[in-house]
Amino acid sequence: MIPAAFDYVAPTSLDEALQALGSGDDVKVIAGGQSLLPILRMRLNAPERLVDLGRIEELRGVSEEGDSLVIGAMTTYSDVLDSDLVRQHAALLHKAIREVADPQIRHRGTVGGALVHADPAGDVGAPALALDAELVVAGPGGERTVAAGDFFRDLFETAVGEGELLTRIRIPKHTGWGAHYEKFVRVAHQWSIVAVGATVRVDGRTIAEARVGLTNMGSTPLRATAVEQALVGKPATEEAVREACAAAAEGTNPPSDLNGDADYRRHLATVLTRRAVLTAAGA
Amino acid sequence: MTRISVRVDGVDYTDEVEPRTLLVHYLREQLGKTGTVVGCDTSNCGACTVHLDGRSVKSCNVLAVQADGHEVTTIEGLATGGELHPVPQAFHECHALQCGYCTPGMIMQAVDVLRENPDPSEEEIRLGLEGNLCRCTGYHNIVRAVRQAAGAREGAQA
Repeated sequence: MIPAAFDYVAPTSLDEALQALGSGDDVKVIAGGQSLLPILRMRLNAPERLVDLGRIEELRGVSEEGDSLVIGAMTTYSDVLDSDLVRQHAALLHKAIREVADPQIRHRGTVGGALVHADPAGDVGAPALALDAELVVAGPGGERTVAAGDFFRDLFETAVGEGELLTRIRIPKHTGWGAHYEKFVRVAHQWSIVAVGATVRVDGRTIAEARVGLTNMGSTPLRATAVEQALVGKPATEEAVREACAAAAEGTNPPSDLNGDADYRRHLATVLTRRAVLTAAGA
Repeated sequence: MTRISVRVDGVDYTDEVEPRTLLVHYLREQLGKTGTVVGCDTSNCGACTVHLDGRSVKSCNVLAVQADGHEVTTIEGLATGGELHPVPQAFHECHALQCGYCTPGMIMQAVDVLRENPDPSEEEIRLGLEGNLCRCTGYHNIVRAVRQAAGAREGAQA
């Protein structure tokens, strides 16, 4: 399978990239290309022009900015996995990215590409949401910051508009928080049927704070706020966590497909949330 | 057409390619490097795995233009001085292939697994090869071969 013909530009700076984006109607951005290239090969999309961000060094890398971590949108999954800063301050993101696809895909695929592609079964959205990430979006008029809670609009749709680019992800440091990403699949390197990311701050044996993100439980990543609230002040025990996690599917609208119907996914969400929270709490 | 310069298996090439050309097609059809095969054509099976700047990628899921200015190693570039690389040698000794179609990609990914972790456990090998499908062997001898290659490398270093 070969994509339909397109023009190709590979800018080396953000300004050049924004100019290239503004140059026509039918333009697609390629980051790592691990989702886009299959789409182009199957001709589900056939843009006139591809703008490749792969040569823009300023969009890569992980750094610290006060109480936040900053991850360039073009940072690959494997570079995130190699980052001690991410492991230390955003353990949930680290755990989730370990579960993305397979090593070859993780060498090419990027965090920013995954967020803007916004596949509800992708593994980056739920951690970004749970960690209260801020997404920095650049456009012809300058930069704006979008909270993760406002970023995901619908299936494959985000707050990034035409002519705009996601440049970096800012994540408040969750230093010392336990984390776990529980992904349910039937075969290797499958998309999540359902996955749950949990990160908790345990004080003594009590859960002081909890954040829970759900993957593939609706058209966007979702936050299980009812569970988060129910967990606060609870002991990190199987019984207490089980009770709090019973509400995991509240407010969700999961799909039904060959892998399972919506009711099955709702049930999975409660089970996986319990496992994720217990592991994150070290219980 | 776009002009690209790529170093493949230690040799520099400069070619004109259509931007939509996949790296695997460039390797096979323009450079004649047919050791790298197209398996599923959907980025699932890993048969087309090569190294791009020393890291494994699925060459059906990379555009040739994205490799411009970079270095590619294929299965054909592993041998040195007429000697088999330890990983293909171990595949040969452990009977880690039957039809052989997945083998080029499997070997390239196994080399990548050992680059990241010179002494992987069986589980680490299986996880490292999760992007490579084999429909004949049941994987058992492939995992054995990678373990043996890890041992051979240790032996060589000692």
